[in-house]
Amino acid sequence: MSKSISHIELFTSAIQSMVIGLRLTLKHFVRSVVVKRRAPVSVMDPTYFKQPDGIVTNLYPFESIPVPDHGRYRLHNEVDDCIVCDLCAKICPVNCIDIEPIKSPVEIGKTSDGSTKRIYAATFDIDMAKCCYCGLCTTVCPTECLTMTKTYDFSEYDVRNMVYHFAELSPDQAVAKKVEMEVLAADEKLKKAAAVLPKESGEGNAEASIASKPVFKPKVTIPSVKKAEASVFDHSKDIEKTESSESTLNKVDEAESKPVFKPKVMIPAKKPIIPKPKEEGGEEKA
Amino acid sequence: MYIVLFVLAIILLYAIFVVWAERKVAAFIQDRLGPMEVGPYGMLQTIADLLKLIQKEDIIPTGADRFLFRLAPILIFTAIFAGFATLPLSPEWIGSKADVGVFFMITILSLDVVGIFLLGWASNNKFSILGSFRSIAQIISYELPLTLTILSVVMVSQTLDLQEISYQQGIWFNNTNGINTALLGITSWNIDVNMIGGFVSWNAFKYPFLFLAYIIFFITTLAECNRAPFDIPEGESELVAGFHTEYSGFRFAILFLAEYAMMLLVAFLGVVLFFGSWNTALPNIGSLKLAEMTSGIPGTMNGNVWGFFWLISKALVVVFLQITIRWTYPRLRVDQLMNLCWKVLLPLSLFLVMLSGIWVVWMKL
Repeated sequence: MSKSISHIELFTSAIQSMVIGLRLTLKHFVRSVVVKRRAPVSVMDPTYFKQPDGIVTNLYPFESIPVPDHGRYRLHNEVDDCIVCDLCAKICPVNCIDIEPIKSPVEIGKTSDGSTKRIYAATFDIDMAKCCYCGLCTTVCPTECLTMTKTYDFSEYDVRNMVYHFAELSPDQAVAKKVEMEVLAADEKLKKAAAVLPKESGEGNAEASIASKPVFKPKVTIPSVKKAEASVFDHSKDIEKTESSESTLNKVDEAESKPVFKPKVMIPAKKPIIPKPKEEGGEEKA
Repeated sequence: MYIVLFVLAIILLYAIFVVWAERKVAAFIQDRLGPMEVGPYGMLQTIADLLKLIQKEDIIPTGADRFLFRLAPILIFTAIFAGFATLPLSPEWIGSKADVGVFFMITILSLDVVGIFLLGWASNNKFSILGSFRSIAQIISYELPLTLTILSVVMVSQTLDLQEISYQQGIWFNNTNGINTALLGITSWNIDVNMIGGFVSWNAFKYPFLFLAYIIFFITTLAECNRAPFDIPEGESELVAGFHTEYSGFRFAILFLAEYAMMLLVAFLGVVLFFGSWNTALPNIGSLKLAEMTSGIPGTMNGNVWGFFWLISKALVVVFLQITIRWTYPRLRVDQLMNLCWKVLLPLSLFLVMLSGIWVVWMKL
């Protein structure tokens, strides 16, 4: 401000800049009215950053920016393809996957890629509220059954609804399987003990090793809890159970596993079991 | 009587429409969409907002002066509503055919200040009273250039009657007072602007210096309405909405309505004084009598409808300009505000008053 500006100059320059400003806003107004609003494009689109003018608003619930193909959003487990290998739960950095496996004495079936299923999942819960969306679980999954979908808008009023249940067995089924497996294991143990005992009766070491084998798997405390839990809901489910009988095992599973995992019955769970086709539909829309 | 109800209906309709329009214009200027949910393109958004406001609890602060607190919004709205009384809406539709219409309008608008002062005083709130102080300082100082610009129109029109001023700017003018109606006042050209009609006969065109007067008038009326860039009395960022901080619910709705009614009123006044009032914008060109085609004979229904159409469309253009300016310019500081008023607008308007005096004397028939 070494050079003093005359009042007239100041006045005219002020007027000029005001006119420029008004022209700018009017230009934006006209362009917003005239130019047709661009449909939302993906970030991958080369024109994503090149919108010259016009309205930029995205009417979110009605339209949304397409997510990239490899976007990492909500997890989904295709439980029919899951061999319950527990790898995802192990690699998860935030421990948001909770799996309770039950070994089956026989082969349950095959996954779509031909792997043999030998373990039931009594619990397969993913807490999406804890999930950090790193995608490690999907990388380690050997059968590609655990995937990240394109659904990103799944907020809930109750944080408990953020836990997604993918288990294929209903609680009482799980208990049944567990009992069956325990009986089987006990039988085997007895047989082995019978075979071993006559030979070397004094060897404590061998006995310990044999005894440690069943310890390896069955968490004996849990079944009792499960049983109690199941019995609470048993009477409420009786009708449902008799109705659907054992027509299609899977369907019964889905329907019945609901109440146990989510004790509040008033919110009848659009979430707890994810019907796969619905989610697929959501993806296509997005 | 019916004109009162008509004006009230117009104000309410206009407020509902223009609040939505303001939000839309602001959105478009900022490359947004604005309200989109209620009704087509969000048109019914204001109605939804009003319903919400009416349902709200009527809160009067404990420390407030209850009587004045209740009185103030009524006073403000009454003052502004009364301003519409002498406004000619068409050749026939006018609340009061007072000979001193302009004078009445200026005085009744000044009552607005009393209401604003009461708002701040009765609220017993530091922000409110600060807003009121600022508003009073602003309105009183801006009333000077405003009145002077109106005075220059009155001087060239030789009347205080708004209806008479309206007639002078159109093809239906019956020149009995010997007013110079030649183009640019040059009688030797033998062109009578009132024969041509349209925009040619508007005050702002007939007396070109009045266009400058209109610019001053427009700026000062922005300040009178407490609208941006002169919204320091309300300054959301510093005074928490200023003088209506403590108001909620229906009383706030009334204040809001009054504010927008004030915008419309000054837009109307500017159009009546400078831009041909209810007269058509299209001139007669030779044998193509556009002006006569687009304006009915005064006294007929046709004349009233055409007149009202022209007046309201011109006023809405001005309101649009007011809105655009709000979303273009930043708020003035108090010192800048006073600087602009006393050092720029006041000398200019005084100069214009002198100019119009000289014009009237020299250009006399």
